[in-house]
Amino acid sequence: MTALLAISNLHVAFKTADGEVEAVKSANFTVAAGETVAIVGESGSGKSQSMMAVMGLLPKNGIAQGTASFGGQNLLALSKPELNAIRGRKITMIFQEPMTSLDPLYRIGDQLMEPLRAHSGLSAAEAWQRAIEVLGLVKIPDPERRMRSYPHELSGGQRQRVMIAMALANNPSLLIADEPTTALDVTIQAEILELLASLQKNLGMGLIFITHDLGIVKRIAHRVYVMRKGEVVEGGETARVFASPKHDYTKALLAAEPAGRKSPVPDTAPIVLEGQDIEVTFKSGGGLLGGAPMAITAVDHVSLALKQGQTIGIVGESGSGKSTLARALLRLAPARGRVVFMGRSIEALGKSAMRPLRKELQVVFQDPFGSLSPRLTAGQIVTEGLLVHEPGISAAGRDKRAIQAFEEVQIDPALRNRYPHEFSGGQRQRLAIARAIILKPKVLVLDEPTSALDRHVQKQILELLRSLQAAHGLSYLFISHDLAVVRAIADYILVMKDGKLVEQGSPDEVMASPKQAYTRRLMEAAFGH
Amino acid sequence: MLRYTLRRLLTAVPTLFLIVTISFFLMHVAPGGPFDMEKGIPPEIKKNIEHVFHLDEPVWRQYLDYLGNLAHGDLGPSYVILNFSVAELFSIGLKISAWIGAWAMVFALVVGVFLGVVAALRQNRWMDYAVIALATAGSTLPTYVIAPIYQLVFGLLLRLTPVGGWGDGSFSHAIGPIITLGLPQLATVARLMRGSMIESLNAHHIRTARAMGLSDYSVVVRHAMRGAVLPVISYAGPAAAQLITGSIIVETIFQIPGVGRYFIDSALNRDYTLVMGTVVMIAVFTIVFNFIVDLLYAVIDPRVRYE
Repeated sequence: MTALLAISNLHVAFKTADGEVEAVKSANFTVAAGETVAIVGESGSGKSQSMMAVMGLLPKNGIAQGTASFGGQNLLALSKPELNAIRGRKITMIFQEPMTSLDPLYRIGDQLMEPLRAHSGLSAAEAWQRAIEVLGLVKIPDPERRMRSYPHELSGGQRQRVMIAMALANNPSLLIADEPTTALDVTIQAEILELLASLQKNLGMGLIFITHDLGIVKRIAHRVYVMRKGEVVEGGETARVFASPKHDYTKALLAAEPAGRKSPVPDTAPIVLEGQDIEVTFKSGGGLLGGAPMAITAVDHVSLALKQGQTIGIVGESGSGKSTLARALLRLAPARGRVVFMGRSIEALGKSAMRPLRKELQVVFQDPFGSLSPRLTAGQIVTEGLLVHEPGISAAGRDKRAIQAFEEVQIDPALRNRYPHEFSGGQRQRLAIARAIILKPKVLVLDEPTSALDRHVQKQILELLRSLQAAHGLSYLFISHDLAVVRAIADYILVMKDGKLVEQGSPDEVMASPKQAYTRRLMEAAFGH
Repeated sequence: MLRYTLRRLLTAVPTLFLIVTISFFLMHVAPGGPFDMEKGIPPEIKKNIEHVFHLDEPVWRQYLDYLGNLAHGDLGPSYVILNFSVAELFSIGLKISAWIGAWAMVFALVVGVFLGVVAALRQNRWMDYAVIALATAGSTLPTYVIAPIYQLVFGLLLRLTPVGGWGDGSFSHAIGPIITLGLPQLATVARLMRGSMIESLNAHHIRTARAMGLSDYSVVVRHAMRGAVLPVISYAGPAAAQLITGSIIVETIFQIPGVGRYFIDSALNRDYTLVMGTVVMIAVFTIVFNFIVDLLYAVIDPRVRYE
């Protein structure tokens, strides 16, 4: 097969205050017409930057060297007007951030028509027709009406469809998709993937798919390149790479799928935290001239009982109410229903009566970057809770506890005087866990604690959580959209949809015979069955 | 959109009422009155004068009278500048102040936005540094330094424009005031525009526009600038209200008969009606310009319309 795009000896570097930083080192890729090629790697592996370089989208301090030959031209050597004749027309790209990739100030129609008019010289009426046509192609319902919508009136999945429509409008021969499904809900992810796969087939274009998710690679790619630290370590037919990986890193990536199971706790284990008939409603709108407010039920009469040493996994996509349920149980969201902690009703307790209990009920959040104060040292962050809950401890005593906590989460205690930005994402999540367990809680709520992390880091965090649970008899509420992760860590699963509890049981019960179509879709997204 | 406009207009009335009320009572708390500085008037005559202007009545009574007159658009007579009503004083001076102020604002916006965009596109290059230097100088040099320098260079040395005065009201008399009044605003506008433009150029949707092969003009003007002018607009509204209602410093240095000087003069003279008139004038302009800012926001950013 002749190559549609052949990239050889690509180097990408960034000029920084500390000198040049190499992001991509002599990488080679090819993609043929009608072929789907995946580039897989973890964050920072250079997979996005190599494609940004090809598209001329590197930031100002980025330098690209090598050749990217497309239709007899080296894309890296073209002037901007020459490049503009190719990108958006023959090569197009879609991105990871569907919420922000469209201009919020222009209607969908205007944004779709602009590249059409710029490249194909269509009249306004012709561009309008073509735009409606491609919106139909990406299965946007009621395209005529959507042409007049603004991006904020569309969901994330729909915005990504609009991006795809924009990318396809000029009949490109190559589409580069940079993690196009990562920011979307699991069930939407599956739909977008199917759409891309079928469009690629029907339109016969080449597709380069950048992802960190091996499940996606397996499902759609003919060939795959594995990148690590700026280098392509392995490449080949997808089936071959999965069956007999040559490079150690590929082996490690393939082995990083969450594994293991948790055995259930004995029936006699005492109940630690119980929620009965929890209901959370939010009011929106209303006011002086706004009419009656709308009530949205975020959690709809859900009950659960968390036993000592148990891990309950709460699964569902965003907006299903899983985080709100946890917040209600922690008395962080106003709710109706009964909350019982260690045999004591706590739903009516005031702020100050709740304070001593906060120590027992700790939380770890999804975002390892936003949830640690950038102005405190790691040691200060981890010990801050002690100032409130155990004010009697001296500074030296706090430091001792910090060292213990660092050791428990397997971070070198010598690093405790550093600031959060000096730690990797996985290390930060360890700090967040250390901050919670230093107070010796009974219950730990883990709100998507591994979702922002690379697979092999995710695996390490899951192992850490397991060992902490065994050592301290902790009870976990583990919230996630990813059934693969939940299956590995939880011994009981709740599936939530639109605020309701739609299914529950042990992982095996839920996975073996999912009663709900929704659960089956979540499973497909997680395991690609 | 219509309901939003109506609601905004409705809230303007109580706002204005509150400003008038607070200012009126604050003014009467300050010791002294408009005729205390007249020397050698026998007490009976002073009493008579005060009676004519209803100043011998209780303050709440005067307040109600003032509100009643204001509702009819009557700002009352000036107590100190004899034979002139407050409305007459404004009709002469405001024309001049507003004309100079409006041009100063246009000058600041056009040049400031242009410089800000150029600096953002040439970030960390010499053009950028030049704009930052100009912006810093413009914001730190006070008007009473810039104005005399202007008079010295353009009025006395080069003899291009008059040193001061209003003469026949020709444009040459206005250039100095416009530049000195506009320069600090220009500096702020350039600084704001540079910052928001840099942010805007790094937005994801700009990357999309580039990936779609759109021209530089479309990327910069249609997609980046449109969103980037929003912070400038919210600054420009109140700033325009301030410029149009005159500046005592510029009007004093250039000897221009605008309304800016009333702001201080009337307060020192306890010229109650003129003080209140000035307050009402500034308040009305501020409310109007803030309203215009909100409307422009809604026109530029569709997300605002529904909130």
